[in-house]
Amino acid sequence: MATQAQAVRMALHYGEENLGVTDIFGEDVGAPLGGVFTCTQGLKTAWNAPLDERGIIGTALGIAYAGGRAVAEIQFCDYIFNCIDLLKLCGNVHWSSAGAYCVPLTVMTPVGAGIHGSMYHSHSFESMMTHVQGWKVVMPSNPLDTYGMLIAAMKEPNPVMVLLPKALMRTKGEEPIPGEPDDEKELNARINAPVGVDRTNWRPRWPDGLTDYTVPFGVARVRREGRNATVVSYGRHLNLCVQAADELSAEGLTFDVIDLRTLYPFDLPTVKASVEKTGRLLVVNEDTEVTNFGEHVLRRAIDEAFYSLEVPPRLLAGLDVPGVGLAWGYEQYSVPQAADVKAAMRAMATATT
Amino acid sequence: MAPSDDTAPADARTWGEPVTDALKLRLHDAMVQARLIEETMIRMMRTGHGYFWIGGPGEEAWGVPLGLLVHKGTGPAHDFLHLHYRSSAIVLAMGAQPIDLLRQMRSTVTDPYSMGRNFVNHFAIRHWNIVPVTPTIETQYVSAPGTAWVQRRFGGIGVSIVNGGDAGTAEGDFASCLNWSTRPGQELPVLILIAQNNWGISTPAHQVQSSADLAQRAGGYGIPHRVVDGNDPIATYEALREALAWCRYERKPFCLQGNVARLYGHSSSSGALRHEEPDCVATFEARLVRESTLTEATARAVWDRWQTHIHAALEQVKTEPMPEREHVMLHVLAPAGSQN
Ligand SMILES: Cc1ncc(C[n+]2csc(CCOP(=O)(O)OP(=O)(O)O)c2C)c(N)n1
Repeated sequence: MATQAQAVRMALHYGEENLGVTDIFGEDVGAPLGGVFTCTQGLKTAWNAPLDERGIIGTALGIAYAGGRAVAEIQFCDYIFNCIDLLKLCGNVHWSSAGAYCVPLTVMTPVGAGIHGSMYHSHSFESMMTHVQGWKVVMPSNPLDTYGMLIAAMKEPNPVMVLLPKALMRTKGEEPIPGEPDDEKELNARINAPVGVDRTNWRPRWPDGLTDYTVPFGVARVRREGRNATVVSYGRHLNLCVQAADELSAEGLTFDVIDLRTLYPFDLPTVKASVEKTGRLLVVNEDTEVTNFGEHVLRRAIDEAFYSLEVPPRLLAGLDVPGVGLAWGYEQYSVPQAADVKAAMRAMATATT
Repeated sequence: MAPSDDTAPADARTWGEPVTDALKLRLHDAMVQARLIEETMIRMMRTGHGYFWIGGPGEEAWGVPLGLLVHKGTGPAHDFLHLHYRSSAIVLAMGAQPIDLLRQMRSTVTDPYSMGRNFVNHFAIRHWNIVPVTPTIETQYVSAPGTAWVQRRFGGIGVSIVNGGDAGTAEGDFASCLNWSTRPGQELPVLILIAQNNWGISTPAHQVQSSADLAQRAGGYGIPHRVVDGNDPIATYEALREALAWCRYERKPFCLQGNVARLYGHSSSSGALRHEEPDCVATFEARLVRESTLTEATARAVWDRWQTHIHAALEQVKTEPMPEREHVMLHVLAPAGSQN
């Protein structure tokens, strides 16, 4: 099975061959490295940008203005904060120009903790990004969705922010990407750049059968079905929720585990229907808890399904601290861990009315 | 990509027509038009026909020559313009309709640039590659390398032209523009303009910048650069003609600074009062009369003709509708299939 990084690579390859992608660029995105997480190895339109995040977003906007289609990478979302006004601009161009211009542009950036990344390789970005209007914002939890949402992004006339959980970059999926070779070794041999040798003459041998497999925006996926509570998550923590649901079934507790996949626009009907069924809602993510995107999900659920709720809905999120510290304890005690997720799900399912 | 609305390009090396009496008269005519529209908009603000004014009176000699030299059209074969809020003379000299500026000034729903959403002089004209003017200072300098990158790949003679003020060059985006335009072997056809009026709202340039010659910074990146008297439309025209020919033919950047006047202060927030600064329209007109290119009577006629035209446009704009509730959510997201 392909990893998330390989899924990105294959989707971008499909995009530059079939979807009009003209430029894939960012810091260390071109040869020889192909991205610090290897997401852009072997791509024919990939190039190395100057170390200048504002330059990257601004240039990508200009490429869109001129009829090109860029996929720009910000190496880590921890370094995107100086671009907020440019992201705002990308998102308001269509509205402020009364529809004259659009901004077909994909930005991808690794997010979240889980790799001992310390203060500046651990930030989350979804709460800020979903506050920037005019963008679609997605965060996949597995390689197949990563592929399908990138394909959707590269077809969009609007800017799309693809948040890639960095702890999942090397994680393999459970479902194959249509067209990927059955044999994992073959896939690696075909599309992984060789390590420790000169790559100058290396060229990938892309799988022949890659497809237009598209995950439409705004459509969640119910990953587990159950009766006792609804759990809404995305990205890395979605997997922790699925794992906890499987474990808690031994205690007789079952859950609807909803992978939002798209955060803006998010799939309210699916969340609402599930809350109406279970009467209980827990939202889980790793961003800091104040003005957290999960609070928005809670508010919409309360607006739409208040009288279905049996107990107060809850958010399990990161502590409100300036960063994720490097030492084990800092991450362990500030970012929700598997045990925290399981405990919060059990508590939600068993809370008395 | 939509087809161009322009004719076949001329030779890049001799871009633009030479200065003749006929050209001088065109420059004068367009400068008068731009001045009168800005003064009309200041009056509109004072008489309750607009909330806020910001614009370019005093920069006509800087803007009009560029407007006449632009390779106008749609897509990378033509010039892209990344402008700021003092660029009315450029856009009017390109042929924008005065009434459309007045519409944006009054925030009518008929404002073709923003549907009454943005301040005046915030243009967005896709069929001429005028990308949306941003209220954020200097961000236009980071989008310009993007359009130029596409133009470089496309070939042809299209240039990305970026214009802004002096104070804004302190932003990192200005340096980004210089750097992204000069990656070795990947140089970009960007005409980097600086309108030096010696002010950033209330802060004098000498307090915050070590030199009034901002263009020389481009020299550190190997970009040819020069400073021109932006109050002199002929000198500006010649300098722009040369600079544009360089960008078109060499496919490399050029930095040109024009020293200009800020005739009515920063904006209506400082009262939009007339200041004691050089008046490029009056000076140029006097020169043309002195040279007998123009008589005082024909000059008067130019002012009268534009005054009449603008007056009629204003009366029309006063009758036009304002945005209503149903307009608020229009164009938040582009529908599938949209493209530039
Ligand atoms: C990024 C940003 N910071 C601050 C402002 C507020 N502001 C508007 S105009 C201006 C001064 C700009 O001066 P300059 O670049 O010299 O242009 P000028 O107005 O003199 O033509 C400032 C600070 C802004 N619009 N954008």
